Amino acid sequence: MKLDSPTNLSTHTAVIRPSKLNLALRELWKAPLSAKLGIIIVLAYVFVALFAPWLTPYGESEIVGGPFELWSEKYLLGTDNLGRDMFTRLLYGARNTIGIALITTLLAFFIGGITGILAAILGGWADQIMSRVVDVLMAIPSLIFSLLLLTIFGTSIPVLIVIIAVLDSTRVFRLARAVSLNVVVMDYVEAARLRGEGLAWITLREVLPNIMPPLVAEFGLRFCFVFLTIAALSFLGLGIQPPTADWGSMVRDNATLISYGDVTPLLPAGAIALLTVGVNFIVDWFLQKTSGLKDGQ
Amino acid sequence: MGSIVNVILQRLGLGILVLFAVSLIIFLGVELLPGDLCQAIQGQAATESTVAACRRDLGLDQAAPVRYIHWLGNIAQGDFGTSLANGRKISELISVRLGNTFFLAAVAAVIAVPLSLALGILAALYRNSWFDRSINILTLSSISFPEFFVAYILILIFSVKLAWFPSLADVSPDTPFFERLHKVFLPALTLTLVVMAHMMRMTRAAIINLMASPYIEMAKFKGLSRAHIIMHHALPNAWAPIVNVVALNLAYLIVGVVIVEVVFVYPGLGQLIVDSVQKRDIPVVQACSIIFAATYVLLNLTADILSIATNPRLLHPR
Amino acid sequence: MTNLPQLEAELRAGTLSRRDFLKAAALFGLSAAAPSILLGTSAYAAEPQKGGHLKIGTGHGSTTDSLDPATYENNCMQSIGKTIHNYLTQVGADGKLGPELAESWEASDGAKKWVFKLRQGVEFHNGQKMTAKDVVASLKHHSGADSKSGAKVIVDTFADMQADGDHTVIITLKDGNADLPYQVSDFHLAIMPANADGKVDAKSGIGCGYYKLKNFEPGVKSSVEKFANHWNAGAVHLDSAEFITIADVTARVNALTTGEIDAADRMDVKTLHLLARNKNVRVIETSGNAHYSMPMRCDTDPYKNPDVRLALKYAVDRNAMLETVLRGHGYIGNDHPIGRANRYLDNNLPQRAYDPDKAKSLLKKAGAEGLKVQLSTSDAAFAGAVDAAVLYKEHAAKAGINVEIIREPSDGYWSNVWMKKPFCFCYWGGRPTEDWAFSTAYAADAEWNDTVWKNDKFNKLLVEARAELDEPKRAAMYAEMQMILSDDGGAIIPIFNNYIGAVTNKVGTPEVIANDWDLDGQRAVLRWWKVA
Repeated sequence: MKLDSPTNLSTHTAVIRPSKLNLALRELWKAPLSAKLGIIIVLAYVFVALFAPWLTPYGESEIVGGPFELWSEKYLLGTDNLGRDMFTRLLYGARNTIGIALITTLLAFFIGGITGILAAILGGWADQIMSRVVDVLMAIPSLIFSLLLLTIFGTSIPVLIVIIAVLDSTRVFRLARAVSLNVVVMDYVEAARLRGEGLAWITLREVLPNIMPPLVAEFGLRFCFVFLTIAALSFLGLGIQPPTADWGSMVRDNATLISYGDVTPLLPAGAIALLTVGVNFIVDWFLQKTSGLKDGQ
Repeated sequence: MGSIVNVILQRLGLGILVLFAVSLIIFLGVELLPGDLCQAIQGQAATESTVAACRRDLGLDQAAPVRYIHWLGNIAQGDFGTSLANGRKISELISVRLGNTFFLAAVAAVIAVPLSLALGILAALYRNSWFDRSINILTLSSISFPEFFVAYILILIFSVKLAWFPSLADVSPDTPFFERLHKVFLPALTLTLVVMAHMMRMTRAAIINLMASPYIEMAKFKGLSRAHIIMHHALPNAWAPIVNVVALNLAYLIVGVVIVEVVFVYPGLGQLIVDSVQKRDIPVVQACSIIFAATYVLLNLTADILSIATNPRLLHPR
Repeated sequence: MTNLPQLEAELRAGTLSRRDFLKAAALFGLSAAAPSILLGTSAYAAEPQKGGHLKIGTGHGSTTDSLDPATYENNCMQSIGKTIHNYLTQVGADGKLGPELAESWEASDGAKKWVFKLRQGVEFHNGQKMTAKDVVASLKHHSGADSKSGAKVIVDTFADMQADGDHTVIITLKDGNADLPYQVSDFHLAIMPANADGKVDAKSGIGCGYYKLKNFEPGVKSSVEKFANHWNAGAVHLDSAEFITIADVTARVNALTTGEIDAADRMDVKTLHLLARNKNVRVIETSGNAHYSMPMRCDTDPYKNPDVRLALKYAVDRNAMLETVLRGHGYIGNDHPIGRANRYLDNNLPQRAYDPDKAKSLLKKAGAEGLKVQLSTSDAAFAGAVDAAVLYKEHAAKAGINVEIIREPSDGYWSNVWMKKPFCFCYWGGRPTEDWAFSTAYAADAEWNDTVWKNDKFNKLLVEARAELDEPKRAAMYAEMQMILSDDGGAIIPIFNNYIGAVTNKVGTPEVIANDWDLDGQRAVLRWWKVA
């Protein structure tokens, strides 16, 4: 058994000195099947998201046929409740949904992660103030809070992103703070402090690398929760402006059909599920790598 | 042990400050919403004169700070006041629903917490096996579906097709315990599916994260079994993140079940608070928010204390 | 080739979709008659059975509801109101006005003075006998400066109201109104027992209706039981009933399918054809006056110009909207609010069709080519309003009009968007009389004149027709008003929606189902029965 901490890994590569690309490819090659599958799924989604206008037979909100047409050569997955092509809407949905979810989650982790680590390192009153502010924000039911804020500020996409990100960042804060607390009492952090390293150095070089695994695991889930938040908001009549296609609202619009055994609402829901599984396969692989454990152990 | 008691007392004091801040934010938020209770209750049927009469009647023509201070004064005496929309005592309005909310959360938690911890530990133990993978895919798929959709699917299977459980969870105070349990089973199962993946994955991740630590290596060299190592060496040190995620999800079970309540027609607090926000019934929104906030503060406090208790080094920072 | 009765049978059996039925029926030249075939007919209309408990799931009802009839604002509370209260008059299932607590009424002085003779021996749930004092107190509950009532507009037209002895009420109006007996059937104007001080205890839920309130949990459920001492107790069939609020339409359908409720209102048109396949469920559908409107504020540019308004009316494909938003469960409108449940609907008024070219030329005439408008919408206006906006955008694009859709939050739609934004969506439950419909939203001084439309000729006709007691003359006046409104008015009224409910096969319903509201004119508990 050998320990492969990130530092160990770099000494390894120093000996062999392959190009960075080469190294990445080699890692990919060694990745377990599930991770490869995850990467393929995510790449396919990204491809679809980027090239949606060229891949789709119709326009995003174009009404091309009667409502709820069956699957056919003309309408690959049938049409939706307004007679828009389901396949086209799904592909455009990838673009809008993934874009919004990614920006929102990154923003949430940027805010929540940094403040969480700082709270753990600084401790004392700084920690108390930040923690209580977060307590206040979290103590208000998030759906109610979103309802209030979206009604006050309107439901444009930037507002939606900022509101969901800020509310999500509170959860990230708590997690980041909790795991950092375990790290900041470690000897090497103490040592860094005694060396007189700055706050930024301790945050980024000592604490962050050591709390990455739980944070990344959380990222995989939070990313997917954004879709669900949007779906939940559309349940309350907020959410994304029509006729923009997004998977959360598409599930909501067609959900009633499931009671009759119709599979239509399963398509956007399945699209979310597949992406969730893909992203989390990659996250699992990353966890595996950073924890330094090899397959089959 | 004295320091733990100090921490608790300090945190409880701060908790009251948090509640105060929440009430202020909610009050301001509802005030900032366009429209007021009188327009909202009368809806499309509102006219200028009926709205004005309604405002005079309910004292909404007073300045906002005056109303807030008045409300605060009543709260200090333990009086939640009356609903502006229908004139009923808020304490009566809430007490039954609060019980229902806690009951549903408890049932869901009793199923979800042990199940996700067990699955998380097993997944960590049999890492990368078919068991680990299928549990992962299953839980991930279940949280990818919006909760109303999970609810519809469960209703389709268990009440429409199999007729095992009712699709309406319309319990009332005189519903006997076992019937109540029967009625809330589907909503509780829905919530379980919604929160399980999060807790299960965090348990698995936290344990795997520790498996590379030197002391675990040490234990391995001693030739201890993997199960023994996980249960006795990894798990005790993995509690901090796990407990936090569990606390978060427990809070969610109490606070975030609005949609499940709507779908199953369950008379909990979530529906009441959404209705009251829409009607701008500030005293009711305030009362519900205070209860939710108190739940959060207590659960988080518990989580923090458990984190400290499981990592004694945290007791004496620096 | 099949014949019509067979088609009908297939339709009922669920082997034929409604759309196919309409297509096939059109082959027989029956498309105009078809909707009436599809009205609430009842396959199970056997002899009513006495007894039983009816559970109704309604899409309405909120935790903030109150028992005060002045505050009734949703189908749940209005149904409960009609179950536990009696009114002076009532609109029957056939749409005709009939007596309830008033046995007869008579107008004089140009429909300005009305004398209502009250029924004797009527008892309230608390044992008190109903007299003219109670009627006066109940109606006064809605008047005065402090009134928050939705019926304030009605009682404010009263100049004076007197009890003449124990069983006569004399109402003197400010202006003549031939429709007053209709208006006092309004669901707000419940008759409640008066206290010694001449006021009513409106929140008590005590009335003189067929059923008395047993339990009231706003937003959850309410139950009622038969009032044995009712003056006409033999007319109703059920022993007891329950109203359960189930806001989510899918949940409502599920509860009906599993038999947890016996009847439900507001079925989802998207899945109605699937629901109709269920042998244990029967769909009950009626075409009434409820309609969707798109008010444009006539005091705001570009809607000031009548040609622009007319162009926007020509730019909507009503048939497509009916097919898509309502799946054909309704009928197309002609830009005025008079519907099939009204007495004076003018069927000779030419139907406005989708005509993008005409719209273009009208815009050219108005100097507004390439018109850009913002249309506010939300599903709070009606289920499908967002879809309707998306459709309108597509339709209007063909007429060279660029419609920008603004989705407003559902929360606060009626207070912040409707009557405020220049072009939005609105829903009207419909009014039983023409005068009511016009003076509610289209008269120059109406509180809810959401189009801010002021047409002198229309307003003059409105006052004249109101006091006119000669039927043919009145019909001619209302026909002219429909034409003026359709051509010049500020609202696009594209479609009228049907009331669609459903019951399980354990429920019996009469031959004729009322088309003025959901749930058999909100009187399902009074008219339906349980089949053992």
